Amino acid sequence: MDLSMRWLADYVDCKCDIKKFCDEMTLSGSKVECYGEEGDYLSNVVVGHVLDIVPHPNSDHMFICQIDVGESEPVQIVTGAQNVKKGDYVPAAKHKSTVLHEGKQVKITKGKLRGEASNGMLCSLDELGLSVHDFPYAIEDGIFILGDDCDKTVGKDIREAIGFDDKIVEFEITSNRPDCLSVTGLAREAAATFNVPVNIKEPTFKGVDGDINEIMSVEIHNPKLCPRYMAGYVKNVKIGPSPRWMRERLRASGVRPINNFVDITNYVMLEYGQPMHAFDLRYVSGAKINIRNAKAGEKITTLDGQERELSEEMLVIADAEKPVAVAGVMGGEYSGIMDDTTAVVFESACFDGASVRTTAKKLGMRTDASARFEKGLDAENPYPALMRAFELVELLGCGEVVKTYIDCDKSDKERKGVTYDPAWINGFLGTDIPEAEMTEYLTRLNFEIKEGKAYAPYYRIDIECKSDLAEEVARLYGYNKIPDTIIRGVAEAKLTRKQRFDRTVTNAMVGMGVNEITTFSFISPKYFDKIRLPENSPLRNTVVISNPLGEDTSVMRTTILPSVLEVMARNYSLRNAECCAFELGNEYLPVDGEVLPTEPERLGVGIYDTAGKIDFYTIKGMVEELLDKCGAPAYDVARPGEDSAFGEAAAFHPGRSAVIIIDGKEIAIFGELHPETLENYGIGCRAYAAKVNIPELMELCAEQKTYKPLPKFPATTRDLSLICDDELPAAVIEKTIRGAAGDILESVSLFDIYKGQQIEAGKKSISYSLTLRSHEGTLTDEQADKTMEKVLKALKEAGAELRM
Amino acid sequence: MKEQLKAIEAKAKEELSKAADLKALDDIRVKFLGKKGELTGILKQMGKLTAEERPVIGQLANTVRADIEAALTSAQSKLKSIAAAKKLEAERIDVTLPGKAPRLGKAHPLNATLAEVEEVFLGMGFDIVEGPEVETDHYCFEALNMPKHHPARDTQDTFYINENVLLRTQTSSVQIRTMEKMKPPIRIISPGRVYRSDAVDATHSPMFHQIEGLVIDKGITMADLKGTLELLLKRLYGEETQLRFRPHHFPYTEPSAEVDLMCFNCHGKGCSMCKQEGYVELLGSGMVHPKVLEGCGIDPEVYSGFAFGIGLERITMGRYSINDMRLLYENDMRFLNQF
Repeated sequence: MDLSMRWLADYVDCKCDIKKFCDEMTLSGSKVECYGEEGDYLSNVVVGHVLDIVPHPNSDHMFICQIDVGESEPVQIVTGAQNVKKGDYVPAAKHKSTVLHEGKQVKITKGKLRGEASNGMLCSLDELGLSVHDFPYAIEDGIFILGDDCDKTVGKDIREAIGFDDKIVEFEITSNRPDCLSVTGLAREAAATFNVPVNIKEPTFKGVDGDINEIMSVEIHNPKLCPRYMAGYVKNVKIGPSPRWMRERLRASGVRPINNFVDITNYVMLEYGQPMHAFDLRYVSGAKINIRNAKAGEKITTLDGQERELSEEMLVIADAEKPVAVAGVMGGEYSGIMDDTTAVVFESACFDGASVRTTAKKLGMRTDASARFEKGLDAENPYPALMRAFELVELLGCGEVVKTYIDCDKSDKERKGVTYDPAWINGFLGTDIPEAEMTEYLTRLNFEIKEGKAYAPYYRIDIECKSDLAEEVARLYGYNKIPDTIIRGVAEAKLTRKQRFDRTVTNAMVGMGVNEITTFSFISPKYFDKIRLPENSPLRNTVVISNPLGEDTSVMRTTILPSVLEVMARNYSLRNAECCAFELGNEYLPVDGEVLPTEPERLGVGIYDTAGKIDFYTIKGMVEELLDKCGAPAYDVARPGEDSAFGEAAAFHPGRSAVIIIDGKEIAIFGELHPETLENYGIGCRAYAAKVNIPELMELCAEQKTYKPLPKFPATTRDLSLICDDELPAAVIEKTIRGAAGDILESVSLFDIYKGQQIEAGKKSISYSLTLRSHEGTLTDEQADKTMEKVLKALKEAGAELRM
Repeated sequence: MKEQLKAIEAKAKEELSKAADLKALDDIRVKFLGKKGELTGILKQMGKLTAEERPVIGQLANTVRADIEAALTSAQSKLKSIAAAKKLEAERIDVTLPGKAPRLGKAHPLNATLAEVEEVFLGMGFDIVEGPEVETDHYCFEALNMPKHHPARDTQDTFYINENVLLRTQTSSVQIRTMEKMKPPIRIISPGRVYRSDAVDATHSPMFHQIEGLVIDKGITMADLKGTLELLLKRLYGEETQLRFRPHHFPYTEPSAEVDLMCFNCHGKGCSMCKQEGYVELLGSGMVHPKVLEGCGIDPEVYSGFAFGIGLERITMGRYSINDMRLLYENDMRFLNQF
């Protein structure tokens, strides 16, 4: 809401400068977004009087003017405009002035035009930042010749002379205060804020004799959606531009002046917050106004020239035959005011907010009127607005108002009070405000206090309960005067197991040199193809956003993998030599028969390094270290099978990917990405990824770690060099060693793999170091040898023999 | 023999003073004190001495041995320290060459900030509660006193899954879920992702993060709300932080307040950073609306409470002077490595 300070001054004098006005209004609840002055980009532009004008000797389209700008000597200015005459009063931009040019502020300095001195510039409306809507008598492409509605004092600042120097304050009005979408509403707020009187007079009009019921009739068919409809009639209408003061205020409020009648309805809406409509009675068939629901399939062409199809829940204003306006939203094209209109019907009505909102939304047209109605205007509103419209018609002398008017009023007149309990308010706010002071605040806001109840003025549709009154008191008392206290009582807070587990995972990843990332939860369904998901993959069954911003963000991710891949791809295209990224985030999995999806937490990891320092074992090592840190029990590493629980398996290199299995459950997948996946993402080097199912892992991990006593007796180390088929997985060998050695084996670690010379083709040499230790005593050579014999025997059965 | 012993001592000492390394010292030790050494050789002739001479010469021989040993030790330590000094000298390196640090990963700035906020609240006795991001209309709007067609819904452009299911526009939905499950006293914060249909630009994103706070108990006042936020924001922004509370409207709180932070740049005078306002809008808050309490089965005549919602992006960007929100979601390693 743009407020003209000049208009406000009609009603209230806050006795302060604009900065203080804005600060105080903000603190009492009417938030000021910004403030400024009209035409503040103009400087040193004054009213000039054309004393003489002669053709330019060196140009066939320019003129040399002698302009009196109120200085001792006239100023010579060359102009190319063709509409300037001797004796005209014009805006003259002097040497070192600023004006607008193509919407931007430019500086004007003296110079020569085809050899003749020009000490400034004569301005058009455009160069002042105005248009013919502001001065209807001016021409579009010429110098603005000041009319009689301007101050023609030579040398006067042009902004002052043409009334283009109002101060404008932009308010952000919250949806519960439609009354403040008006000058009078803000005047009341200002008066209460500064504790000064407000001067809003009841509008009056003289009128001419006549019975409106003989001219037209109104019928409300749905009083729920239209509790009150008032109609007034103006005859002998003279359509023309409205006076400068009215145009000025409309412009300051951001509304384009059109003609006197349209301007009056807009003026009243801005002043009283009540949207109005003006019909040309010629186009109201049967002179009958029906407020009814639209019929199925009914159409209307609205003022903006668009044909719109209506539906049955929409409320329309119809004549005897057809809809002429969509109630509270927009008028029909043919019912509006034309240049030859002679009889006008003013509509001032109350429509149901929710209905207007739904209709406007469905038709895709939000107007100044619908924006006000949808917040819920009181049924008292239409009366003063109609009276003000009548008053303005008479003030402008543009028609004769018929004294009688129609008032179909089916509204509920009962005013409900709210319990007024000052002690409760103080207890609620944590304040100690005396009752008399509270009462004074409420009275300032036009509340009526009666028998322990407070009655809000009609325009305050937002007051329903005790805490509403508390807010009224608090905002005039001053929020910042309320003390700051500490909540009483002691509360103990602690992290849940999940929250602690999340922190462990994050710390482990960060500790391993991986950067944490944050990606969007929604992805494109095309990403499933990019990660090579099979057509029938269950991961393609997503939670779909019905109104997405674009395809890229249209479905909720069912796998975190593409999010991580996107980040790797972006970093690769940014030529970052390496990228180590992880995200701990949710996937969103639809569940049959449930309203909401499940949102399991996943760890996604993606790493690449263009220098080739990273390989499969890097990502594997990361996953294993994470499992260790989390306290995971023993697990198996295997290639993902056809029926892997991880639908993402296809995204990985089939020979270089693995899953972690704990208790028969696949908990994580990791490995090198499939070359095709990399190609789809434009990643030009090998890259690796992992996904870990966090809640499932947490379930399997010990909540508490327990200390194992440090060994008391020395260990014996034995090395084993084996030879076996290349295909025999290291995991099988290791498992065999562990199984055969039993508890005495403390650790087994692989230290060499060799293929090539001296090794038969299809075989590999694989070497382990075994640490044996007993907790009962120092191990003898015999004991160690015995264990190694068992190990070698088992290994032989598994297909690995001691290398000779 | 006396003379012989004296001569050996003098000879040994002279050789010791000339020895250039530890090996030479050892040779000298063997030569004089070893089993076949000169001193041992002399002592072997002790048998030829008279009973009177024997103790005298024996004592002298012991003294000579001790003297040589002492001289040997001192020469040894001297040589050792010379050798050590030489080694240290030889090992001089260029200490200005770059270090070789094992690389640490970095927490995302949003989460680093969140962790700090959570710390403050845990310390104040607030539990951390999570809730679903794909949410029903009921929990996101209806139960928060925003029935269908409520005009305030316009301020939160919503992504819908269907008529009844949506992506939560605010973590306030967790308030309702918590109040339905827990009985007062309640002290929680609920951080998480929220979604609004805003195109991506420097200050908007269709997904962002909120931290919702809720306190319900007997006798909770608006002064408590102010005190709690004052404490939080001073912890986050420093003791000199100045706040401004101003009336606002949220359907689920009454009274409602927006909290502004005095601009650090101009201290309230107005500058380009705060768009001449002197303050920067920070968060929304208020006393929980009685209708919301009632809807969750909490009697507003007995209990009262407050709620607030903080935008994590706003705090994070302020802390690290990040001027474009897109950076937070692009995950450029050059950006993330800075934290």
